[in-house]
Amino acid sequence: MKKFLFIQHQGTFSNMSAQEGFDALLMGSAFVECSLLFMDDGVFQLLGNQESDLIERKNFVAGFGALNDYGVNNIYCSQSALDTRNIKEKSLTLTVTCITDAELSALLDLSDVILSF
Amino acid sequence: MKFSIAIFGGPSDSQASLSALNFARAVIASGHELYRVFFYQEAVTTGNTLIVAPQDEHNLNASWADFSDEHSVELILCIASALRRGILNDTEAQRYEKDANNLHPSFTISGLGQLIDAGIESDRLISFGK
Repeated sequence: MKKFLFIQHQGTFSNMSAQEGFDALLMGSAFVECSLLFMDDGVFQLLGNQESDLIERKNFVAGFGALNDYGVNNIYCSQSALDTRNIKEKSLTLTVTCITDAELSALLDLSDVILSF
Repeated sequence: MKFSIAIFGGPSDSQASLSALNFARAVIASGHELYRVFFYQEAVTTGNTLIVAPQDEHNLNASWADFSDEHSVELILCIASALRRGILNDTEAQRYEKDANNLHPSFTISGLGQLIDAGIESDRLISFGK
């Protein structure tokens, strides 16, 4: 089975990209083995207390909690992206595997199809 | 080799669609197979048949349609992205009780499963605009 990697690299509500990327991930998880990687500004999606109703947006990040039920068990986060934004791993709302840039590069190598959002 | 193309950028806010079209032409010219072109996010507006380009400018809607007609390559728009951005075929216009539809007949509205399928079935899935 092909390995798909979905990359979230934009802020949660900067535009529709993160939400539509999440939709694509859920669809992919029905058919193939999917992994998820947060990097760049995408790591902001992992912060709690996102009051999206104040900007009249659907709080789709609440759906992250269901990822295990969809069979998405490999969830990664770029450590350098956290460091440059001064975000501590303990403040993330989702259990993720923090990886170095070298490990990130290896993850890309291991993936057959990469979709970036 | 069997290729598929995923486009994420709109026809007038990024270079993605034109780059993808040039790549698609090169795939065919090189004797490879082009399995599918999938339009997601802002790229779905490429299917808008109401796009009018000035006479001396490129109309990507028409260029993609001509390419598809000539080479029998399917052009698929994600339905969720398309509805959100007001790109409707007749069926969807009736379903949501809209007065008009604007999807060019060379494009097809379908689901995100077509993007995943393109990734599974193709040797390479090439993204433009991300």
